[in-house]
Amino acid sequence: MTTSIDVSLGQVAAALALVALAAAISLWRRTDLERDIVVATVRSFVQLTAIGYAIKLIFEADTIWLVVALLSVMVLFGALTARGRARKVPGAFWPLLIGLAIAAASTLGLVVALGIFEATPRYLVPVGGMVIGNAMTASAVALNRLGDEVGDSRARIEATLALGATAREAAAPFVRRALRSGTITLIDSTKTTGLIFFPGTMVGMLLAGAEPADAVRLQLILLYALLGSTAIAALVATGLAYRNFFTPAQQLRELS
Amino acid sequence: MLFELREASLLRGGRQVLDAVSAEIHAGATAIVGPSGSGKSTLLRLLNRLADPDTGTISYRERALVDHDPLELRREVSLVPQLPSLLEGTVASNLAYAADLAGKELDATRCLGLAGLGAEFAERDVSRLSVGERQRAMLARALAQQPRVLLLDEPTSALDHDARDAIEATLAGLRGELEISLIVVSHDPEQARRLADRALRLKQGRVAACGPLEEALA
Repeated sequence: MTTSIDVSLGQVAAALALVALAAAISLWRRTDLERDIVVATVRSFVQLTAIGYAIKLIFEADTIWLVVALLSVMVLFGALTARGRARKVPGAFWPLLIGLAIAAASTLGLVVALGIFEATPRYLVPVGGMVIGNAMTASAVALNRLGDEVGDSRARIEATLALGATAREAAAPFVRRALRSGTITLIDSTKTTGLIFFPGTMVGMLLAGAEPADAVRLQLILLYALLGSTAIAALVATGLAYRNFFTPAQQLRELS
Repeated sequence: MLFELREASLLRGGRQVLDAVSAEIHAGATAIVGPSGSGKSTLLRLLNRLADPDTGTISYRERALVDHDPLELRREVSLVPQLPSLLEGTVASNLAYAADLAGKELDATRCLGLAGLGAEFAERDVSRLSVGERQRAMLARALAQQPRVLLLDEPTSALDHDARDAIEATLAGLRGELEISLIVVSHDPEQARRLADRALRLKQGRVAACGPLEEALA
C-alpha cells in the first residue's frame, strides 16, 4: 500500500491561481471576504508547513511519547477553539477537554487493539489529527446548541425542577437535542459519501497512486472511527457541561 | 407554622429583590400581594428552593430549608409557575411524570377533575391546549404529586374573567376537598380577598404587612 507522490513548491504556488479566483469572485460580488481568503491562505500554508516538519521529526524519532505529546497539544487547542463556540455554556473548557481526550484515546486505542493500525507515528498522528478535529467540531456544535437550548428554555427547566426532578432529568431533552445536533452532520455526510462527495483520505490516496480498493477500505475505517469519536466526544462534553448550569441544590444558575 | 423567614435578602443583577424579609406563613391559604417588581414571585421561588437567599434563613415546618432534601421538598411543596410550561407530549404523560417523581399512584381523572378539566383532556397533546387549559393542566400536574403545600404564582394572570373565576372556584374547592395549604402570589388585592385568609404584603422587596387578611391589606 506504500505509494509516493512528489509535489513541488511551484505546483503549490500554481494552485494559488484558484485562491486568486476566489478573491476575484469576492471582489466582483462584494462579499467582502478577500481579507479572510488571504488570511486563510497564509495561515493554512504556515500551519500545514509547520505541522509537516513536526510530523517529519516525529516520524524520524519514531517514539510513541512524541505522538502522545503532539496529540495532547491538539486536544488542548481543540478544547480552547471549541470553547469559543460554546460561550453560553459556563465552564465549557473542561467538559470539552475531557470529551476530546476520551474520544481520541478510546478511538485510537481501539483501532490499535483491534489490529487495524500499528501503534506507530505514521498511523497514529494523521488518524489522531482527524479524530480530534472532527470530535472538536462535533462537541463545539453540541455545546453551542446546549447553550441556546437551556437559555431559551429556562422557564420549562425550572417548571420541571419545581416538581422535584433532578437537574439531569430536567435537562435531559435539551442534552439529547444537543447531542443529536453535534453528531448528525457527520452521520449525514457518511450517508452520502461516495455519492455526493469523495472524502479527503480517499482522494489523497488515489492522487498518490494507491489502488482504489485500498483507498476505499482505509477511508471506511476512518469514517467509522470518526463516527465513534464524534459520538463519544459530544456525549462526554454534553454529559459533563449541562451540570454547570445547575447548583448542587438542583437549582438553575442565574447567568449574567 | 409552615414557613418562617428571617431577614431573607436576595440581590439579582445588582438589584435588591428581597430586603431583609421576615415573616411567618401559617397553614391555610396565604396571599402574597404587592405591585409588580415587589419580589412576590422571587419569594415564592425561595419557598420551593428554586433559589436560595443570599443572607437570612427560611425554615419549613420548624426545620431550615437548606436541611431539607431539595427534591423531596419540591415534591411536597409544589410550585405552579406563572407561565404554563408543560413537557412535550400529552396531558396524561405530564401527570404521570409528576406522579412518578413523587412516587405517588396516579389517578389522572381525579387530578384533572380537581383542576376543572374533563377526563377527555388526558390524551390531548399539550400543544393543542389553550392558555387557560394549560394553566389548569399545570395545576393538575402539581396535584398529581399530592403535595401538602401548593405555591401558585399569579394563577390567573393570563386568563379572561370567566376562566379566572373558574380557576378561583377550583382553588377554593381544593381547600375544601384536600388538606392542602395554598400560597398564592397575586397583584390583585381583591383576588387575595377571595382566595386567602392571611396575607403577606410586599413593597420594593420589603415586608409592608403580614397577618390576617384585612389587617395586612389595609
